[in-house]
Amino acid sequence: MVYTVKGKNKEYEINIGLEIHCQVISESKLFSSSSTKFGASPNTHVSFFDSGFPGQLPVINKFCIEQAIKTGLGLNAKINKRSVFDRKHYFYADLPTGYQITQQFHPIVSDGWVEILDDEGNPKKIRIEKLHVEQDAGKLTHDLSPVKSMVDFNRAGVALMEIVSKPDISSPYEAGEYVKKIRSIVRYLGTCDGNMDEGSMRCDINISLREKGSDKLGTRTETKNVNSIKFLMQAVEYEVRRQVEILDEGLSVSQETRLFDANTGTTRTMRSKENAIDYRYFPDPDIMPLVLEEGLVDRIKASMPELPDQKKKRFIEEYNLSQYDADILTSERAIAEYFEQAVGKEKQRDGKIVSNWMQSELFAILNKEAKDISESPIKAEELGELIDLIKDGTISGKIAKEVFKIMYEGDEKSAKKIVQEKGFKQVSDTGAIEKVIDEIIASSPDNVNAYKAGKQQLFGWFVGQTLKAMKGQANPQIVNEILKKKLG
Amino acid sequence: MKLTDLTIADAKKLLLNKEISAVELTEAYIKNMEKYSYLNAYVTSTPEIALEQAKIADDNIAKGKARELEGIPLAIKDLYCTKGVRTTASSKMLENFIPQYESTVSQKLLDAGISMLGKTSMDEFAMGSTNLTSYFGEVKNPYKRNGEDLVPGGSSGGSAAAVASGCAMAATGSDTGGSIRQPASFCGLVGMKPTYGRASRYGMVAFASSLDCPGPITRSVEDSALFLKVIAGLDEKDPTTAPKEVVDWTKVLGSSIKGLKVGIPLEYKSDKLNPEVQKLWDERAEDLKKLGAEVVEISLPNTKYSLPVYYIIAPAEASSNLSRYDGVKYGYRTTSPFHSLDEMYELTRTEGFGAEVKKRLLIGSTILTEEFYERSYLKALKTRHLICNDFDEAFKKVDVILTPSTTGAAFSKNDKLSPLDVYLNDVYTVGASLAGLPSISVPVGKDKNGLPLGLQIIGKKFDEENVFKFASQLELVSNFDNTPSKVMGE
Repeated sequence: MVYTVKGKNKEYEINIGLEIHCQVISESKLFSSSSTKFGASPNTHVSFFDSGFPGQLPVINKFCIEQAIKTGLGLNAKINKRSVFDRKHYFYADLPTGYQITQQFHPIVSDGWVEILDDEGNPKKIRIEKLHVEQDAGKLTHDLSPVKSMVDFNRAGVALMEIVSKPDISSPYEAGEYVKKIRSIVRYLGTCDGNMDEGSMRCDINISLREKGSDKLGTRTETKNVNSIKFLMQAVEYEVRRQVEILDEGLSVSQETRLFDANTGTTRTMRSKENAIDYRYFPDPDIMPLVLEEGLVDRIKASMPELPDQKKKRFIEEYNLSQYDADILTSERAIAEYFEQAVGKEKQRDGKIVSNWMQSELFAILNKEAKDISESPIKAEELGELIDLIKDGTISGKIAKEVFKIMYEGDEKSAKKIVQEKGFKQVSDTGAIEKVIDEIIASSPDNVNAYKAGKQQLFGWFVGQTLKAMKGQANPQIVNEILKKKLG
Repeated sequence: MKLTDLTIADAKKLLLNKEISAVELTEAYIKNMEKYSYLNAYVTSTPEIALEQAKIADDNIAKGKARELEGIPLAIKDLYCTKGVRTTASSKMLENFIPQYESTVSQKLLDAGISMLGKTSMDEFAMGSTNLTSYFGEVKNPYKRNGEDLVPGGSSGGSAAAVASGCAMAATGSDTGGSIRQPASFCGLVGMKPTYGRASRYGMVAFASSLDCPGPITRSVEDSALFLKVIAGLDEKDPTTAPKEVVDWTKVLGSSIKGLKVGIPLEYKSDKLNPEVQKLWDERAEDLKKLGAEVVEISLPNTKYSLPVYYIIAPAEASSNLSRYDGVKYGYRTTSPFHSLDEMYELTRTEGFGAEVKKRLLIGSTILTEEFYERSYLKALKTRHLICNDFDEAFKKVDVILTPSTTGAAFSKNDKLSPLDVYLNDVYTVGASLAGLPSISVPVGKDKNGLPLGLQIIGKKFDEENVFKFASQLELVSNFDNTPSKVMGE
């Protein structure tokens, strides 16, 4: 199905292309040996090269190139044996040389794709035009002094990968899914930490509309300054609505660069086409064309970890998970690792049960506390132990939830010990359960009669009463069996 | 014996035999620098540094630990960044710029034991062939034309004037389109532009990155070979340097050229060429023939494009390289009031750059705009390949190429020359620059006014050996006397 938006009397298809800037994980910058550590005092990670001093020359950091190749392979793309660095010129105080070194014409990676699930849950391929490597700029601060702006070059020269998609994305939801997929891939590969709030992953959105069925792309706008997936989807929604209104009036959208305002959820003009900057691109004469040595790509290929899509497929097959569950469990490498550890080396635990526990209990509380899975106070093996106790009948699922809470909040992480100490051990002794049930039946003749007269739903009430009387420690299965027998 | 008349090779012997001391040698130069300060060869003199280094040199010599250029008083062109010593590129923009790092070339020279006399003037940011564009005033050629002041050539005009007048034993130059060879030719000196990638550009204020080459300006071919050996070599700070072995080129000097082939490019014969130069060119070719070399005519069919190509590529690269001078981080910032960042840029760059630089930046910026990029810049890059191919073809037939260095002798700023005529100065030198080939200018005679004229030898990539071999033979047959005391009429 094609996702469309309805205007007053026309229907439109949306074409979205995303440019995602990913800060490359690397100890040092793209062309210098300065540190890339985030959060250092201003201008402490700056070499003479980074600050644009005369006579300073770029020396390519091979590791950053390998990271780009790794990412390219993760995007199912072509790795170009020869690529060229170009200069992009503009004057701004955060750009120390007056030009950014990028790869405008001959990128290191081209023609890739990733698969996402569209609004209806069907797989959809999003084509990737290219991935190129470039320098980040410094940071300007305007509010430290009433009369001066301050510049910090710590970030200047840090390596970025810009991943440019084809305009294959056709809904706000898909845009979000696409970014999540890219983020998941770079995180799996360890080539970018994907933290949008710290700015290590940033997004520009190209949006155009066309009348449904038309094969000609409409005029596009570019929206900048989007730093979360939520904002991305908001910006797309807003921009689509804005363009629909313009087209409905019979007017045409003007090609321009717009700025997203997170406070209002709207976009506004930043630069019109007439004021577009001529960046005067040309090949950087200080840097020889980058020619990859024989065997490098193969070596990197051999070192690639399992990627989210492959992992998802395997999870579905090996653990009998649904598409949906597998999707969530493979969305991040750390989550997938947690899951597999909790299932156990010998796959001794049921994947579906582990999946349920992670999604309903663990994620619920982690999300509430805005914690990452790596920060979970309950380790995978510990969750596994808890699940074992349910399986062997030591505790009920309900008690297990209580044990989970204690594990999460307290210092004791062994479910076994907690069950022992708190006396949570489930009662499976039919005699003890029978005794309690007899008392309940005797004390509520009205309900017994009503049940026998056909009010089936009262069965649950009896179960509840029994469990309550036994402080949840009765084995619910046995309670069921005895109740059925006694109530007839 | 006048100390300031010694070549590096002479001085090395005397120093090692302890017949002279490095301190007295350096003092003699410092005296000359004061005496001939009217030439305006130096932007910054560093006599204290030079003397301190000379003392260390004497110490090392006494201990038998003399390095390659121990105690040799040299000048450094003011576009090599020198740690703790002001480096201006002869521009107001860098008037007070004191680098905190050392260029690879000057570092290698310092490590070899030189005494650094100072930083020599140049055309602003190396743009020019007259040394008239320096913010610190014009430099005068030690040679005069019937009493009239002449330009020393450029952009390494300060270096050439210093070496020719006995204000430095030798000097570094830098060559983008002829900036070593042309002033060497105008001042009766040997100017060597090595193969692109032979020596490091790290720490050189960039003009046009794909063309800039460091190199020596000396009084003899032997000095040139000694000097180049010290500054050449792979440098991890400049990835465009090549992993080529550095050899001792002094060993090939004076060796036989019998059986080797010299090419004379037909296209270099032009009506712009001074007949006296043409005559010297013919004579020296004949001399080489007598020495056993085979002289053959060759064709470099795309020669006519080399100047236009050069004047597209060089300004384009310059416009980019010089965009870092914006008043934000170092160097000149406007003292006029400004109300926005853009206004600060505008005022800083308007006030900080001289007219010639601004002209080239405007040309270069225009060339790189979307409108002109393809039809001018890309076309120039393609044509540059054709020019390279011409040389490749020629070198299948010959070992070296012999050409004039310039169309004529040094001129006066009062000569009625159009800007285009001045640009034409580079016509014989830009070819080797565009193709990245080693080439040397050797003084081979004088014109009717007694002004030096030079011929150029161009070699194959990284074949400095044959270039030096032929240069030494040219030097021998020409017997050009450039003794500074005679040049200065002492």
